[in-house]
Amino acid sequence: MLVVIDYNVGNVKSVCNAFDHLGCPVELSCDRRKIETASALVLPGVAAFGFAVNALGSLGSVIKDLALGGKPLLGICVGFQMLFDRSSEFGAHNGLGLVSGDVVAIPPGRVIPHMGWNKVILPKDMALFEGLGSEKYFYFAHSFCANVTDKSAKVAYTDYGFKLPASIQKGNVYGTQFHPEKSSQQGLQVLRNFAQIANGRGN
Amino acid sequence: MLTRRIIPCLDVKDGRVVKGVHFVNLRDAGDPVELGSRYSEDGADELVFLDITATLRSRKTIVELVQKVAENVFIPFTVGGGINSVEQMDELLRSGAEKCSVNTAAVKNPDILTKAAQRFGNQCVVLAIDARRSKTKAGHWQVTVKAGTEATDIDAVEWAVEGAKHGAGEILLTSMDADGTQKGYDIELTRAVADAVGIPVIASGGAGTLEHLYDAVVKGHAEAVLMASITHFESYTITQMKEYLRDRGIAVNL
Repeated sequence: MLVVIDYNVGNVKSVCNAFDHLGCPVELSCDRRKIETASALVLPGVAAFGFAVNALGSLGSVIKDLALGGKPLLGICVGFQMLFDRSSEFGAHNGLGLVSGDVVAIPPGRVIPHMGWNKVILPKDMALFEGLGSEKYFYFAHSFCANVTDKSAKVAYTDYGFKLPASIQKGNVYGTQFHPEKSSQQGLQVLRNFAQIANGRGN
Repeated sequence: MLTRRIIPCLDVKDGRVVKGVHFVNLRDAGDPVELGSRYSEDGADELVFLDITATLRSRKTIVELVQKVAENVFIPFTVGGGINSVEQMDELLRSGAEKCSVNTAAVKNPDILTKAAQRFGNQCVVLAIDARRSKTKAGHWQVTVKAGTEATDIDAVEWAVEGAKHGAGEILLTSMDADGTQKGYDIELTRAVADAVGIPVIASGGAGTLEHLYDAVVKGHAEAVLMASITHFESYTITQMKEYLRDRGIAVNL
């Protein structure tokens, strides 16, 4: 069973709704045992970084250990940002440190938040984008962005006057800065792909 | 490149969409899920649901509506109307809304914007401003509250700047003069606000033709355009709006 981590932040329900819509069994839970036995984990997030990290609390290190042990993990929006080392949103906060890099404010000189549909160039070797062609629009809503320094991570970018990391894949760790659960059919396909990755593990 | 957004607005009363919706092929024109799905399929970038009753009783209905929409419509949507606490926003976001818009409560106490931004991130916090052209001061607009029924002395442009500082991540800017006229957005107002703030501005009130949408973006510097009548009455489909904008050189998600 795929588990969406419930840690008392906004709009975790939408991610579950999207998996339900796809006919993919999913459970919203903060129960440590369920998380440990899940086939894969989804870390959603509509929250400020610091609030999210605090709300996640000790589950953070549980999730990190499971991901390091090979369990597929998908971070979405702030969940994506939490995969990195640290963030400077409303103060300095440590992330899970699964992917090297910092979360920093989107550079000034443009409208912020980066809000709306932007075109993501989809690398062929990223499993989340299977069957989606070379580029697609996805829905973004964020004021901070990842500065990915991890050489072993694959990165998909969108253009916001600079190359903005839209998605990453590092081994079994996946993340999207955009909201696949709010990105219409192409977003659902990303979640379907992740569900298949989870199924591939045979749990 | 970030695209400009087309946002249909749905007024909700007792869990039903109201305001003269004239779709022909729907079993039930007032069903928010059916309407939301239809707009989504037609290419809407987002939706806005506005609770026009905004009473204690309707609060519960709107949460149920949000849950139902979120189970079936996979594009972002904003909920607004009478929201006056961070707890209410939390409930709506947890039910599946992407953003909440606050209007009167923020005018009374801008702290709600700050608290919401610190908790949810400012991308969830929409400041709705209903502005009316000042009768005494040319080139100025006054903020009105309580669904436009009560005037204040607050300057709309200054309030937008202030609101963004307090934590609003987006401004839903409605011209009370243009609203419902279908004679075009108040371009001057839209540009004054859009140029004064660094956050996205959604132009609202007055859309009647495709050119109005173009003007709001090009002349008004709006990031997004909101409309009710022209989509509800099916004057144009959302695809037609996007094709028109694309053909005139504006990036859209098409």
